[in-house]
Amino acid sequence: MFDNWGISGTLYGGLSRLWSVTVVAFGASLLTYGLIYLTPGDPAHTILAQQLRREPTAAEMAAFRADQGLDEPFVQQYLSWLVNVAHGDFGSSYYSSESVRELLALHLPNTAELAIAAIVVAVVIAIPLGILSAVHYDTWIDHTAQVGALLGVSIPNFWLGYLLILVFSLGLGLTPVSGSGTVGHLILPAITLGTAMAGIITRIVRTSVLDELGKDYVVVARSKGVRERLVVYKHALRNAFIPVVTIIGLQFGFVLNGAVVVEVVFQRPGLGTLLVDAVFARNYPVVQGVVLVTAVLFVLINQLVDLAYVAIDPQIERGVRS
Amino acid sequence: MGCPVVIDHWLARRPTIRSVRATIGSGLSRIHSVPLKVKLGGAIVAVLGVVAIVGPLVTPYDPAAQALRDRLAAPSLAHPLGTDELGRDVATRLVYGARISLGVAVLVTAIRLVVGTVVGLVAGFAGGIVDTAFMRLVDIQLAFPGLILALVVAGILGPGLTSIVLAISVVGWASYARVVRGSVLSVKHNAYVQSSKLYGTPRWRIAGRHLLPNVMQPVIVLATLDLGTVVISVASLSFLGVGAQPPTAEWGMMVNAGRDHLRSAWWLITVPGIAIMLTVIGFNLLGDGLRDLLDPDQQTLEQRRRT
Repeated sequence: MFDNWGISGTLYGGLSRLWSVTVVAFGASLLTYGLIYLTPGDPAHTILAQQLRREPTAAEMAAFRADQGLDEPFVQQYLSWLVNVAHGDFGSSYYSSESVRELLALHLPNTAELAIAAIVVAVVIAIPLGILSAVHYDTWIDHTAQVGALLGVSIPNFWLGYLLILVFSLGLGLTPVSGSGTVGHLILPAITLGTAMAGIITRIVRTSVLDELGKDYVVVARSKGVRERLVVYKHALRNAFIPVVTIIGLQFGFVLNGAVVVEVVFQRPGLGTLLVDAVFARNYPVVQGVVLVTAVLFVLINQLVDLAYVAIDPQIERGVRS
Repeated sequence: MGCPVVIDHWLARRPTIRSVRATIGSGLSRIHSVPLKVKLGGAIVAVLGVVAIVGPLVTPYDPAAQALRDRLAAPSLAHPLGTDELGRDVATRLVYGARISLGVAVLVTAIRLVVGTVVGLVAGFAGGIVDTAFMRLVDIQLAFPGLILALVVAGILGPGLTSIVLAISVVGWASYARVVRGSVLSVKHNAYVQSSKLYGTPRWRIAGRHLLPNVMQPVIVLATLDLGTVVISVASLSFLGVGAQPPTAEWGMMVNAGRDHLRSAWWLITVPGIAIMLTVIGFNLLGDGLRDLLDPDQQTLEQRRRT
């Protein structure tokens, strides 16, 4: 991707970005659609049995299939779904009259809020910690930071969530146990999700700063008597941040993964809880909607990160760095 | 493994006392400093392995045996880690859970490794359209949040251990393919590969004898680190309910069962959580240490910093 894009400038870059978003969205939707089609068990039976709380008759199942378009061949089902999606129509939930679009619009803001808060928590912890760790290389500060980072990546999100609830909600009564809406509701989920990410980002910041501090321009700056503080904070950091921006962007996928678990722990209504409920209820239109939206969001964010990359490091655009 | 190389090195350089000292010194510092992570991680993993294999043979309780009279009993001599909501011994379930967690993690990682390595070898070696097609597939897979896809796949296949093994394997082979392809590309134009091609050696044999050994080191490091990730993924999916099903003892499910008794029985979520964390720490330390040991780039960076 990078090699194409350095050479022929913005238009090509923009097109190739658009193309990769399309390919991923298409791949993800085809995969989920195909899987659902191949699943043993008849969705009509599962869903009607749950709705009616009795064994559905053959006529009822046939009516349901005709209604949902499930009796058409796979390719036709998939294509008509694609056409509808292109018109902004994701179908409607099997269980309620709500359209999938409404459901997504209702749940997406909560997940976005959580994702952004978590990234803020992660960055606020990780960047100072990573810099300190690199500047004080191989001292107790560095070692402590590294152990902290290891713990961050090794503690499962769902468990940390319950520990925090146990201490801060049930023990100290500082925050609500579950739900969403206020800042109080957001703090613990954001910390839960943010610390895991902080572990990864701390390591990258540390390695990246260490790398820069070993380079010639730093040696020159030091040898001409530039104060150490200036060397680190003015010269090295700007260059060290290039890989960090990428990693933060890539972590967005991680946020979405983690959000599913964290939302279930804190019972926040978001894309994650929506997806988990839909998976268990075999509410396929909702599953497809969430998967598609997540995939597109994820790829879009990655593309934006690429753009940010160019803004920080003009060399990439000029094709100096590949 | 390192010994003959060092000796060759000595002969070639006609060692002075200083260079001998330096060699011995750097050898010592390698043994002394780098493998601390490997030792620590290896020890944790080894203990877990022994617990998983031997543990179930020595526990006095049955992991599924309910004793409703003893439900939610706090840790005591009879039940060192307490009992759960059905009066089952938590320590016993923890030990049986180690079998599931480690077993599934090893199985999933093995599937990912084999699939990814084969794809990477074929793509890198064949080049052209095969390469493009496979790498586009890799891009798509890497461009998607894995756990979400795994959740959907496992949910659609129907909850159960088999489903999550399949689901987590399907969403995680791409990084192996990418690493292997990179290594293959970097060696496939070497003279020894080209000359064995000229000899008419069959392709699968070139791939197996000349390319595979070159890609094994990064793959082993990746797999070790991956084991930790897989342990968390398995536990997360089981926690969400699409993985192991009752009455199987599995760590993620144990945390899930404990969530209703947060206030009255803190040990129910604490104990399996610590088990998951320790396992992941073990694999991460081991993987990190192995990378320090095997990855020459990283090593020179660290060495440069040390001197």
